[in-house]
Amino acid sequence: MELLFALVIGTLTASGVYLLLRARTFPVVMGLTLLSYGVNLFLFASGRLSTAQQPILGTAENYSDPLPQALVLTAIVIGFAMTAFVVVLSLRNLADNEDDHVDGCPPAHPANSKQEQEETGK
Amino acid sequence: MNHWLIAPIAIPLLGGILQTFMGYAPISLRRTLAITTSVLVLVASIVLVGLADDGSYRVYAFGNWQPPFGIVLVLDRLAALMLVLTSVLAVFAHIFSIGGADEGNRQFHTLFLFQIMGLNIAFLTGDLFNLFVAFEVLLIASYSLLMHGGGTIRTVPGLHYVALNLVGSAIFLIAVGMIYSVTGTLNMADLAVKIPQVSGENLALVKAGAMLLLVVFGLKAAILPLCFWLPKAYAKATAPVAALFAIMTKVGVYAIIRVYVLIFGEGAGELASVGMDWLFPLALITLSMGVIGALGANNLKTLIAWQVIISVGTLLAPVALGSEAGVSAALFYLLSTTWTVAGLFLVAELVAIQRGSAGDRIVTAPKMPHRTFISVLFMIGAVSAAGLPPLSGFFGKVLILKSAEPGPQMAWLWSVLLVGSFFTLIAYSRAGSILFWRTIDGHIKPPEPMKNVVSVSTGALIGLTVLIVAFAGPINEYTVATAAQLFDTSAYTQILETPMFGGKN
Repeated sequence: MELLFALVIGTLTASGVYLLLRARTFPVVMGLTLLSYGVNLFLFASGRLSTAQQPILGTAENYSDPLPQALVLTAIVIGFAMTAFVVVLSLRNLADNEDDHVDGCPPAHPANSKQEQEETGK
Repeated sequence: MNHWLIAPIAIPLLGGILQTFMGYAPISLRRTLAITTSVLVLVASIVLVGLADDGSYRVYAFGNWQPPFGIVLVLDRLAALMLVLTSVLAVFAHIFSIGGADEGNRQFHTLFLFQIMGLNIAFLTGDLFNLFVAFEVLLIASYSLLMHGGGTIRTVPGLHYVALNLVGSAIFLIAVGMIYSVTGTLNMADLAVKIPQVSGENLALVKAGAMLLLVVFGLKAAILPLCFWLPKAYAKATAPVAALFAIMTKVGVYAIIRVYVLIFGEGAGELASVGMDWLFPLALITLSMGVIGALGANNLKTLIAWQVIISVGTLLAPVALGSEAGVSAALFYLLSTTWTVAGLFLVAELVAIQRGSAGDRIVTAPKMPHRTFISVLFMIGAVSAAGLPPLSGFFGKVLILKSAEPGPQMAWLWSVLLVGSFFTLIAYSRAGSILFWRTIDGHIKPPEPMKNVVSVSTGALIGLTVLIVAFAGPINEYTVATAAQLFDTSAYTQILETPMFGGKN
């Protein structure tokens, strides 16, 4: 179970970081979402993985720690709100700049910009 | 338990909720209530300084849960100092905003008050996870405040700021998870007890967590590899918002002082002073980078945004040296630099309003109205920021220089700080002489007359640097006592034994 869990967290985080480094806002938002999923699972695992244990000290030899679940709940709520905000912000960026590049406009390619200058006569 | 501790959080919360529901009320009523709330926060902070000055720790346990099981607020000298620093700044920035900057968004005052609330939670909390929540509260408010003011110029810096801070939050959670998985607690006092007992294979895990925390706090404080978002975002923000944001990087500095003195301080066994050998060179490089940025800035707000980065470098270098005198000097400089930089942001806005289309760009333009008043404010701010006598920036820097113990680190600190201050001075002289002296003949559309609230709040914020000089003795005594209290970590862990209401102990 531990191996599977670790692989899932690793895959989510790696995909999240990859998408985060893309130049368009949609992949960036997706990346942030995946990253927050990975983080939530990681936080959940910080209380150790155990099944069929009671969350009460002293009732059994091993107990399942309830605190990380409370932490994860908080993190999920905050992460959800942040995702909603970043989606709206990306849409505003798209509307303002008529482009969904994270810098507002793609970096001008040297050859293209020269051509453009000739075309516009500047 | 003392119920005053909740006041700096409850007052802006209630005031903010009230503002949320009166978005369509007359603006004069909203302004009056908002400023009243800010002033009440200031009053509460001053009361708390009075309480904290006796050197004991006061605990406010939510739901009467005995720490470390419940979340606690802890008031000590450092927390009280940060509260006063924030609320003084917030009151003046807030007064500036009612000069017209708060129009265009019905929820400006709501966001402003929630921002103050988030900052106050961060300074008062005694729990690492609660610190994360406080960061989120202040960040959510700051995302929206950064976008305030309309126009499209703020969209892209805002997007960068949000994405970067979301990644920062993710790293914070990972660090918290790592530390929790080993110690089983997130209460700062309990962590200070448990961290020295960590051994064996768990040591690497906690160390990685501590370094990740340093990355997060470094991102908030804007130290070098993580500071490139700042100049663009701050330079584009509306003036009162930029002034309030002068405290945002200081939250990172505060978190570093709190966590790396209390939890990973000298008493932390094998984890003592983890990361501080990285922080010292990074702080000095941040300082140099800030100076280079300031020299290259082509408008006044960008210049001041780089000054924020210079201050962060100057503050963190003595903190990283880990001496009591260093932390005390940094706290003194913290007061001076935060208020001065915030005041300079307001001055830059006055300049931009008066110069028509030239705005705050450092270019020659027709002579501006009210030139004498604005230039005097700029001069006082620049002198204090560059660290020239007789203003408070000078005393702060002298204390920092004096705190270094002889050795190679002292040589580095002295040379970088002094050379940096010299070049900062050049940057300010250049900007000031072009803006105020090198004028050309021409006609600009006469701007609206300067409103009293705007000029008074700017003047007051800049004037605080003179006030710090006048009260340098008592303030220095307070910061020395603060540093002494910080380094006596065994007193902090006593809060675990605080008696609860109706408890047996």
